[in-house]
Amino acid sequence: MTERNIGDVILKVDNISLSFGVMKVLDDISFDVRQGEIRSIIGPNGAGKSSMLNVINGFYHPQQGSITFKGNTRKQMAPHVAASQGIARTFQNIALFKGMSTLDNIMTGRNLKMKTNLFWQALHIGPARTEEIENREAAERIIDFLDIQAIRKKPVGKLPYGLQKRVELGRALAAEPDLLLLDEPMAGMNSEEKEDMCRFIIDVNDEFGTTITLIEHDMGVVMDLSDRVLVLDYGKQLADDVPDKVRTNQTVIDAYLGVPHE
Amino acid sequence: MIYRETGQFKSSYESDQALFPIKQDRYVILGVLIVTFGVVPGLLNEYWLNAILLPFLIYALAALGLNILTGYCGQVSLGTGGFMAVGAFSVYKLMIAFPELGFIPLVLLSGVITAAVGALFGLPSLRIKGFYLAVATLAAQFFLIWLFNKVGWFFNYNASGMINSPPMTVFGVIITGPEGDMTGKYYLVATFVALFALVAKNLARGRIGRNWMAIRDMDIAAELIGVRPLIAKLSAFAVSSFYIGMAGALYFAVWLGSAEPTEAFDINQSFLVLFMIIIGGLGSVLGSFLGAGFMVLMPILLKNIMVDGFGTDAALAAHIEIITVGVLIIGFLIVEPHGLARLWRIAKEKMRLWPFPH
Repeated sequence: MTERNIGDVILKVDNISLSFGVMKVLDDISFDVRQGEIRSIIGPNGAGKSSMLNVINGFYHPQQGSITFKGNTRKQMAPHVAASQGIARTFQNIALFKGMSTLDNIMTGRNLKMKTNLFWQALHIGPARTEEIENREAAERIIDFLDIQAIRKKPVGKLPYGLQKRVELGRALAAEPDLLLLDEPMAGMNSEEKEDMCRFIIDVNDEFGTTITLIEHDMGVVMDLSDRVLVLDYGKQLADDVPDKVRTNQTVIDAYLGVPHE
Repeated sequence: MIYRETGQFKSSYESDQALFPIKQDRYVILGVLIVTFGVVPGLLNEYWLNAILLPFLIYALAALGLNILTGYCGQVSLGTGGFMAVGAFSVYKLMIAFPELGFIPLVLLSGVITAAVGALFGLPSLRIKGFYLAVATLAAQFFLIWLFNKVGWFFNYNASGMINSPPMTVFGVIITGPEGDMTGKYYLVATFVALFALVAKNLARGRIGRNWMAIRDMDIAAELIGVRPLIAKLSAFAVSSFYIGMAGALYFAVWLGSAEPTEAFDINQSFLVLFMIIIGGLGSVLGSFLGAGFMVLMPILLKNIMVDGFGTDAALAAHIEIITVGVLIIGFLIVEPHGLARLWRIAKEKMRLWPFPH
């Protein structure tokens, strides 16, 4: 692995608590993500990992705590505001726009880069046409990067699962995010597809300098990719450290393997 | 066969993103335009223009509007009749108050008024979806018709509650009302429809259209990549109502000449336009035309076959006609739930590969 280029803290999560009724989903979670880092969140099912991502991009509103992203502290925000600040994500269950082509999905990812108004769009001349072509070029760079040229005009609903995951990554990358949240990018993939996806994640981080926070269940992948790992269990923070330390942490092992009851 | 893109290479994104990237499609569209504007008015008599082509074109415009909202943005609406009434009554009041502005600007202006009303009734879509939204728009339908029936200001306190279109000219030809020139009416409506079909196509392939479709396909993901649901949904309601308002204005002022709200713009109109886009194809500009053509032409065709061909009693023929249209709709939806536009696309795919199956 090349020399890691880790910068200052880009995202800081302070004392986040989230509950739905009496269900406590997240309990006093604090961690940070540094610029250029690949940060993993792991934990058994129901640990609150996806909820944590939903809090970061504004989909859930925590009862307590605050989030600081690029120096702006906030308690709540609408998801599209988080998007305009530079947070993009993919979903555990693919959330593509199924009726649209691969190209249109990726172009939709660039909607915040496009500004022309209804009038120009309706006539499709002047600024609207220029803007469309400029963004098409950017979308094509992502299509090249992910090696999905052959399916650019295909409706994504008919693509195989692995490719859909790749298109979804493409849509998130199209926004040129500062922070990319990946929710189980390798779930349900065979080992070859997993290798491809790992390569893409490393390349995104390496070439674009994108900070990545990912949730994953494949421990081999997590330990190989991550700079630091946050471990959650039942909404509580068990550990937050470099992979080697987490691997040998007794509470983490207990959470994953269980402890004998006396 | 003839329909093949072999040898047509594109060397820029611009040509790849063109409205009709394949040469044969461009020729077809050019041919349709030549026939529409050059051949049809000279060839067909007044009956054809008035009874078939005018309603077809006006309904196509309304179907385009509803397709923007329902087909592209995924918001079901049963308020089409009510919004057409807003367009009709707006153009009526404007024609009385500002005749000096000219008819075409007044139609556009009544579209703008309808867009504002549509956006207002689109507000519930921010909270409710699907069938529930359909019911909320149903409220718009009933409220608007009630309003135009009850408040005398809208029909200038006419004792019959009717509105009558005063004669207005475009380029010196009387267009509106019963004295209007039929060919002139046809040219005006056809121009409106052609221009706004182009606008719809442009909107659909740009950022705004993609945002609408994103909201339709997966609203949560759309929001998380920066599409604002408020703006996307309300703009769809506004643009859709703009089209429907213009269709209502033309329907009243150019085609009917006089109208009474409960009769001309009742809930059946809403269903008719909804059936058009379902049969024609949701999320397709071509489908709006095919659906409007099917729903306007099929009853007339059936009636002509039965009454003139078989000598069926006219009243009986009317009932058989309703039954047959219903059966045809069900049949079509079973064979191709995505509408006539999808059938056309499949036919094109087959033509590209013919004589080979793959």
